[in-house]
Amino acid sequence: MIPERWLNAALTLGLLAVPLWALWADEPFTITLATKVAILALAGVGLNIALGIGGLVSLGHAAFFGVGGYAMGILAHHAQTFQPMIWGLEGTKSMPIIWLTALVSSGLAALAIGALTLRTSGVYFIMITLAFGQMFYYFAISWPAYGGEDGLSIYVRNGFPGLNTLDPIQFFAIAFTALMLALFLHARLKASPFGLALNAARQSPDRVETVGLSPFRLRLLAFVISGAITGLAGALFADLNRFVSPTMFSWQLSGELIVFLLIGGVARLYGPVVGAAVFIFLEHHLGDISEFWQIGLGVLLLLIVLFARGGLIGLVAGEKR
Amino acid sequence: MSLILLIEQVLNGLQFGVTLFLMAAGLTLVFGVMGLINLAHGSLFMVGAFAAAAVAGATGSFVLALGAALAAAAAAGALVEVLVIRRLYARDHLDQVLATFALILIFSEGTRWVFGSFPLYLNIPAALSGPISLPGGIEYSTYRLFLIGVGIAVAIGLGLLITRSRLGIQIRAGESDREMIAALGIDISRLYTIVFALGAALAGLAGALVGAIQSVQVGMGEPVLILAFVVIVIGGIGSIKGALVGAVLVGLTDTLGKLLLPGMFALFMPASSAATVGSALASMAIYILMAAVLIWRPTGLFGVRA
Repeated sequence: MIPERWLNAALTLGLLAVPLWALWADEPFTITLATKVAILALAGVGLNIALGIGGLVSLGHAAFFGVGGYAMGILAHHAQTFQPMIWGLEGTKSMPIIWLTALVSSGLAALAIGALTLRTSGVYFIMITLAFGQMFYYFAISWPAYGGEDGLSIYVRNGFPGLNTLDPIQFFAIAFTALMLALFLHARLKASPFGLALNAARQSPDRVETVGLSPFRLRLLAFVISGAITGLAGALFADLNRFVSPTMFSWQLSGELIVFLLIGGVARLYGPVVGAAVFIFLEHHLGDISEFWQIGLGVLLLLIVLFARGGLIGLVAGEKR
Repeated sequence: MSLILLIEQVLNGLQFGVTLFLMAAGLTLVFGVMGLINLAHGSLFMVGAFAAAAVAGATGSFVLALGAALAAAAAAGALVEVLVIRRLYARDHLDQVLATFALILIFSEGTRWVFGSFPLYLNIPAALSGPISLPGGIEYSTYRLFLIGVGIAVAIGLGLLITRSRLGIQIRAGESDREMIAALGIDISRLYTIVFALGAALAGLAGALVGAIQSVQVGMGEPVLILAFVVIVIGGIGSIKGALVGAVLVGLTDTLGKLLLPGMFALFMPASSAATVGSALASMAIYILMAAVLIWRPTGLFGVRA
């Protein structure tokens, strides 16, 4: 068994080495795939704060991913058409402003959804988060101002001061940095008094309440942080594709985010990183062999759920202490 | 707006509601008895629709097609229960979500493999096609009226099954105390397989019936599944009565919301933006209804357990 800390370091280096190799070998598409892994892993890290530490099985995190994506899409759309938004505000193509908007708007969405859904628990919570995710999906489809069902295309990737974001490796560096910061935040949160209380609220809400803490408020805060990080990933994902559409809100995406966590290992720091990498690898390579590759993915998932409950990290690093 | 249009839309809402009930009844039964959340219920809906379309295409008989849908969905349900689902009863909800999500992938891609990506079509039988004249001079689709009739019949049948039959007694006993009923000599794993297959058959029936008014294609089950979730959240998980009330509420809210909301906003907004806001809000109406019920009664209208 390899200690999880070493494994995490190896994974970090691996995620860096692949695009650097691709840069050397002049394979820009591989860099794009690695960027996709980093961004989807970031979305998974967001979910992992709610699901892994807090035990909140949210099947509606695509809502926050989509809100982040549309925050980018709407700002960049107004900037590229030179139309002011409401109250005379101008759109922008600047990534830092877009990220801040994505974090705040998806955090607010998580506050609203969390305030309603966290009144329930267990299977109700799963179904209701799923339903609220669908609500955003149908709203995005039926609201024609920003493309409706067709989505919005952004012609040029947004800019970051001092970097050329059109260069694949530089955009990868942005996504990778965001992922590392989120992983650092996750690790710090988990060890903080807040994280410990949240973990306790997952294991025994009654005891947490007895010592004078409110499980509802702990969970709500975790849900907001979680949604905001997933929203940031949505903004980056939209920038990667230079396109936003209602499919970012689709419930399959919420399911896939949970799948990342499961493949890697639920509540493991690097679980979503491993999960996203395996998922993209399978999609790319099995997808070449057969267009029905998702049957293989389904069987793999079943096997992991039924027989390897710690995920892939659990297989390598052993049971959690 | 004419009264006739309103009545037609109420009937459409009822028809939508009873099809949702067929889905929701199976889900709520499976959750109530086994404590399992089953995302793959939508796949059983799809299996029913595809079986019906295939058999109707081969034989031309709608009755045979319905029978095939029931049989195929029940068989698929029983098979899945024995192979996968029964290993999940003791697991937490996260494992159940993931395993049934995996089943969706397998069912969807497997169906695409067998039938291809193009939608199939299931024709309404000649006897039920065309309009029927209702009292008051309303012309309404015979087939949709037939759907309402089937839904009501199934609701009554299911109610009798649960309250009057031996199986129903075992199901209700299983809901309240599964150790006790096993101790009384009931084969609990056989009971679970039967309940799961029964829910699957209802979903398959719903798929076949709906398949005749929309196209039969991969992925048709999941939107219905999510609406069925909304239904049982509103009605209260585990309650058949709740599923019926919730389904009719959701069906009517959706249909009437699309009909009335744009007009209501036109009273105080310019017509063009009223249509936009109204239709966007109408697409969210059932979720707003769910949120409202949730604030008022977090365990649903007829729910007992959280």
